[in-house]
Order: sequence, then C-alpha cells, then structure tokens
Amino acid sequence: MIYLDNSATTPMHPEVIDVMTDVMKKIFGNPSSLHGLGAKAERLVEQARQVTARMLGCTPQEIFFTSGGTEANNLAIKGTLDRIHGRGKHIITTKVEHPSVYEVYEQLKKRGWRVTYLSVDSLGRVNPDEVEKAVDDETVLVSVMHVNNEVGTIQPIGEIGKRLAKYPKVLFHVDAVQSFAKLPLLPARAHIDLLSISAHKIHGPKGIGALYVRKNLSLEPLLVGGGQEKGLRSGTEYVPGIAGLAKAIVLAEQKRTEFLRNSQRWKKAFLERLDGKLSPMIVNGDISPEGCAPYILSLSFPGIKSEVLVHALEEEGIYVSSKSACSSKAEIPSRVLKAMGRTDEEAIGSIRISMGFQTTAEEMERCADVLLRVIPRLQKVMKVHKG
Amino acid sequence: MKSNLILLRYGELALKGKNKSEFEDRLVQNIRQKLSGFPGVAVSKAHGRIFVELNDQEMDPIIRELSEVFGLVGFSPAIRIRSELGEIQKAALELVEQSSGIRTFKVISKRADKKFPIGSQELNHRVGGYILSRCPKVKVDVHHPDLSVHVEVRGTYSYVYGNDIPGPGGLPVGSSGRVMLLLSGGIDSPVAGYMALKRGVELQAIHFHSYPFTSERAKQKVIDLAQILTRFGGRIRLYVVPFTEIQTEINKHCYESYSITVMRRMMFRISEELAKRNQALALVTGESLGQVASQTLESMNAINEVVRIPVLRPLIGMDKHEIMTVAKKIGTYETSILPYEDCCTVFLPKAPKTKPDREVAAKQEARLELERLIQEAVEGTEVIDLEPGQKEDEFSYF
Repeated sequence: MIYLDNSATTPMHPEVIDVMTDVMKKIFGNPSSLHGLGAKAERLVEQARQVTARMLGCTPQEIFFTSGGTEANNLAIKGTLDRIHGRGKHIITTKVEHPSVYEVYEQLKKRGWRVTYLSVDSLGRVNPDEVEKAVDDETVLVSVMHVNNEVGTIQPIGEIGKRLAKYPKVLFHVDAVQSFAKLPLLPARAHIDLLSISAHKIHGPKGIGALYVRKNLSLEPLLVGGGQEKGLRSGTEYVPGIAGLAKAIVLAEQKRTEFLRNSQRWKKAFLERLDGKLSPMIVNGDISPEGCAPYILSLSFPGIKSEVLVHALEEEGIYVSSKSACSSKAEIPSRVLKAMGRTDEEAIGSIRISMGFQTTAEEMERCADVLLRVIPRLQKVMKVHKG
Repeated sequence: MKSNLILLRYGELALKGKNKSEFEDRLVQNIRQKLSGFPGVAVSKAHGRIFVELNDQEMDPIIRELSEVFGLVGFSPAIRIRSELGEIQKAALELVEQSSGIRTFKVISKRADKKFPIGSQELNHRVGGYILSRCPKVKVDVHHPDLSVHVEVRGTYSYVYGNDIPGPGGLPVGSSGRVMLLLSGGIDSPVAGYMALKRGVELQAIHFHSYPFTSERAKQKVIDLAQILTRFGGRIRLYVVPFTEIQTEINKHCYESYSITVMRRMMFRISEELAKRNQALALVTGESLGQVASQTLESMNAINEVVRIPVLRPLIGMDKHEIMTVAKKIGTYETSILPYEDCCTVFLPKAPKTKPDREVAAKQEARLELERLIQEAVEGTEVIDLEPGQKEDEFSYF
C-alpha cells in the first residue's frame, strides 16, 4: 500500500500510539479532580501544553485544546464575534478557505454579518493589498489559511499580518492545520491573534487540536459547562489525545527539516517524470519552493473525473484524494480550483497527492509510473482530446 | 550587513575600585549563565563595555534573555566592521535604512583610537553627509533625533549602533548577599522577590505547607512561581515548611480573631531560624501597607517584634494595580491567580483583628508549645532546588 493522502489524515506514529496507550492505562484521572490522580493528569496536560506552546513560540497560557481543527476554527471565529456585540458588522475571508472556516462565514452571513470573500490569483494566492483594501471601519475579523489544503499554496501570512497590525480593531485568524509543525509560523511574529491547529495531520490522533489565542484576548466559549480550559472550552480534557498531540509535535520537530527537503526533491522529480507525457495535465497551485508546501501536489486531468482517478489508483494500491477529503464525496467542482480560475472540467478532474513523514522516494516514483500507465488509458476511454 | 553583536551598558557610575570589578565579574558571569543555552554565543568585557557576539544566533531571543539580567542598563544591536571610513559609512547608512519610521538622525562619533586619521567632528560630518546624500528622506536633527547613529572607532575594529533598548537596571544578582523570601501562592510575594532580586540579592524562598488543608496543587503552584523567579535570580532554593500542626494548634488554643497574627509570628520565627541556618541576612515579604488586616502598622508591629533579623518589604510603596502590572510583566500573574487554598486563606477568621495588640498576641501564643513546634517545623523542612532554564519534566513521554 502506498498512502499519499496525508493532507486528509496521517497514519499515527507508533510512538504516539505507545504514549497514548500508556496514558490510557496509567493516567486516567480527571484533571479537574482534587486528588492526586487528578493532579497528575492535570500536570500531564500542562506539560503537553508547554510542548505545544514551544512549537508556536508562545506561552502555554495562550494554548487552548479543542476537539480538532474544525472546532478551533469555529471557536476562533464565533468566539470573537460573540464578544463584539454590535461593534462592527464586517468580516473578511478568502474564497479558498477550508470548509470549517468558509462554512462558518456562510452561516454568519445568514445571520446578518457583511462578509467579503477575497479572490485569489491563478496560483491560489490572496494579495495582501486586497486584504488591506477590504478593511473598513466596521471590519472586526479577517481569516486567512496558511497552507491551502487542496493545492498547497502558502498564503503571505506575515505580510497580511503586518498590514492588519495597523488596524488594532481587526483581529487576524489563521487556519494553520495543513502547515502546523511542518512549516515554521510563529503567531506573535506574524501579528496573528488566533491560530488553529490539529493533531491528525502530523501523525497524531484524531479528535484533538488546539487554538492559539493571543494573550489579553478574550473569546466567548462555544461550549460551556465545567469551565475547563479557563472557561473557554468546557468538557473533560481528552488527556490521551492531548498527550498524543504533544508526542506528535516532538516527533515532527525532529523530522520536519528532512521531510521538507525530501518532499521538495521528490515533488520536483515526480513532475519531471510526468513532464509533457500526460497532456492535458494541469499542475494546480504554486509549485515554487518558496510558494508552496512541498508535501502537497494537486494535478488536474480535464475530462477524467477525479473519482475515477482515485479508484483507478486504488486498484494499484495507491491512495490519493480528490480535492479535500471533506468535500470529496460531493459531485461538485472544487470551489477552491474554481476560485483559481479553473474550468468546471478541470476542477472536477483533479487529484491531490500529499506526502507524510513515512513517505519514501520509491513510493513517489511508483505513483508517477502508475499515473504514466493509467492516465493515457483513461484518457483514451474517456475520449479526451490529447493536447 | 546584519548586526553581529550586542553592546551592553551597565550602571557603573556609582561604583569604584574593587567594587566595580566585582560587580562587572558577577554581571558577566550572570550573562554567561543566562546565555548558556545558545551555542557559539560569546560574552566578553572590554573598555567598560560588555559585548555579546552572536555567531549566527538569532538576535531577538538573546535580547529577551538579557532583558532579565539585572545590572544591565541598556543594549544596542551593533555592527562591527574594520576601522575604515568606507565601511563605517556603509554600516551607518544601513542602520538608517533598516530603522523604519525615522525622519531625523544624528551621528555621534567617538574615536578611542587616536591613530585613526579622522577626528570625531570630521567623522560626524563625513558619515552624516554620506547618509544624507543616499537617503533623501531623512534630515539631521542634532537636538532631538529619532535615531542616534553611534560610531565608535577602537583599534582595528569599529562599532556602529543605533538607539538604546532599555535594560532592567538594578544590580547583578549575587552582588548583595542572601535573603529569604516568604513565598505564598499569591500575586504579591513573587513580585517582592523580583524587586529584591533587582537590588542584587541572592534569593532563597520559604513556603508554609499545611497538607491536607492546602493541596499538593498549592505547593506545585509555589514551586512553579519560584521556578519563574529563577529566570531573574538564577538558582533558587525553596524551603517547604510543614505547617499543619502549628495551624491546628493555633486553631485549638487561640482566639479566632488573633489566629492570623499568631500564625504570622510563627512564620517569622521559623523564617528567622532558617535564615540563620543558611546564612541569609534578611527576610523579604510581599506585604504592603494597609491592604488587609495583617498589613496595618499595628499588625506589622505585633508580628515583627518576634524577630531581630531585618524584614524587607519591597512593595511598600506600590499600589495593588502596580503590583499586578509587574506580576504580569515578569510572568507570575497567570500562575498566582490559580485558585488553590493557601495557608493564609484556609483558616481565615470571620473577623480578624485589624489592630492586634502585641501583649494579647503574646498571651495567646503562650498557650502553645512554641519551641517544640518551631523546632519540629524547621527540622521537617523539605528542600527543593530549582535551576534556571527548562524545568525538569515529570513525564518522559515527550
């Protein structure tokens, strides 16, 4: 099996599983309990919080554990707006956000918020000038993702943060789920107020993530109850998951330099192997070393539905994705690719190949070879006109 | 051209002779200790200055560390170049170009090496003229410049640096002898410790622990607070005094309204004994005048009279608001506000005496077996040594 759908989720690292199993067996106390077993679980959670904070160059007090990226994004956006009460009515995001941001904005639009959806260029990148131009007197929040989950393009977060820093009333939220612990991004340095992360994209467990909330910023909770996470996120802490997240971060810290170097090289070799042989083929998003996450690659084969491509590759033991996993069951062209100016046909016929820490050079080579074999066959069947 | 070293200034003016060199040596030692986690960084002392050579390390984290070293008055990221006019001009121009938002500047040259062919005045003109001709947006203002471009010519090398980043001031930790801080879990006492450290003391801390009336979490909180103080104070030894029996005895034998006064008197006696045994010359408390019942002047009299050792109260001139501001700045606030009972709150009487009488306190206390209780508390004290830097993790999972 060759698993190349690591942007959907990653296989858990065995050491993460070991840590979690051990925690489940030995540290089962409720961190809120007053007795020693509770205190021990609490100390474990706090140590994990420190590990997470270190990765983001922030203080542990700025980290709030959630059930994952989706909750972190919802909490960042709704938690901010619920605190604002009539002060401003305008929010800004992009057309290429992950559904856990995009759909929240859609929901808020229905509730009466004025929403600006920023366009992107053909590489999927938003222009910092446009962000700044969209800000007006009523703007209170801007959400921009760091790395696009479908095509891997990196957004100019540092530059946007610098521009937005001039408007103290405007908060800046970044969905960093696809980049966290892989590409460096320090919220304080980039003037980010809120940043969402998730464990299962870095070989950690599903069901755990976190939101960075800049010091002195106060949000309205989505979930109220026992007052855990300083009242921002009630619910008994998922202690094994939190430990798993911290372990995954530590492992990512050790592996990421090599991972980035390798995936950059393999992606380049992959594209060279395919070069000119599978026309019509479109490489989506930025593929320059500085403009994209090297571990994500999106290809469009106009005329072949992505679902067909996914299954054809599956027959060969290769697992890739059509668009992002969350929207891949629907038969609609990718909103993200459409925003980048792709036609319906191009947007329907796209697959995403995404690497993880376990990916090898041979796997990428084999995937390219299989594409070289399978695509012409499918193009013939589907009567795709060779470009 | 990136800054490749940091120039540090310290308050040497008030010191002379042997004091001065001791002060400097202590300061350099403290800086080295503080930066020991940055491989390649070198600290050296020359011409009444301390230099930190970055050797490719990032500037910001090092500045952040240095801002916690008492005795430093200011820092300047500096560029070292060979003592040639062209190089000096180029470095100065870059400094101006990299300083965003400045409109005016002035050049202040110093020529320590008189072999350098250009005099200071002349150098000011040549460097200033060079900047003006290439950077038309800025003007010279010799009285209130936005940026002062400092040029120091010293032998083979010269230094170019800009405005001063203010340091924490104070005296190097360890230059003024040892004190004992009475550390509760509250907001005030860690700030008192910080203020004492600023005057150059070496800090040890005492905490009174009344398990099971106060929890393990309350003790952990105090350990965490002491750990935070090691950022400013280096190594800190924490004494955890078993206080349960004393509190129960007080509760049993004394008027409720005098329990706080008697408790504080016991704490002071134990602290004095620990100070004596560990060569500390003063106690430090987080008391400020008139905040709560135990901090009226009458109360201080009734409490203070049981010891002969000096009791320093660095917060005496501060408002609650000011104390909280410092607590937030030094990073103890978030820990201090965690809601665990401490020994001062657990037996809190409903109506404590705000103006306790010394003689009544003494009479009340006479019902206790003072000597035995104090002796046992001191003997049973647990010693915890806290080292600066990452504290040792309890769990080895990650």
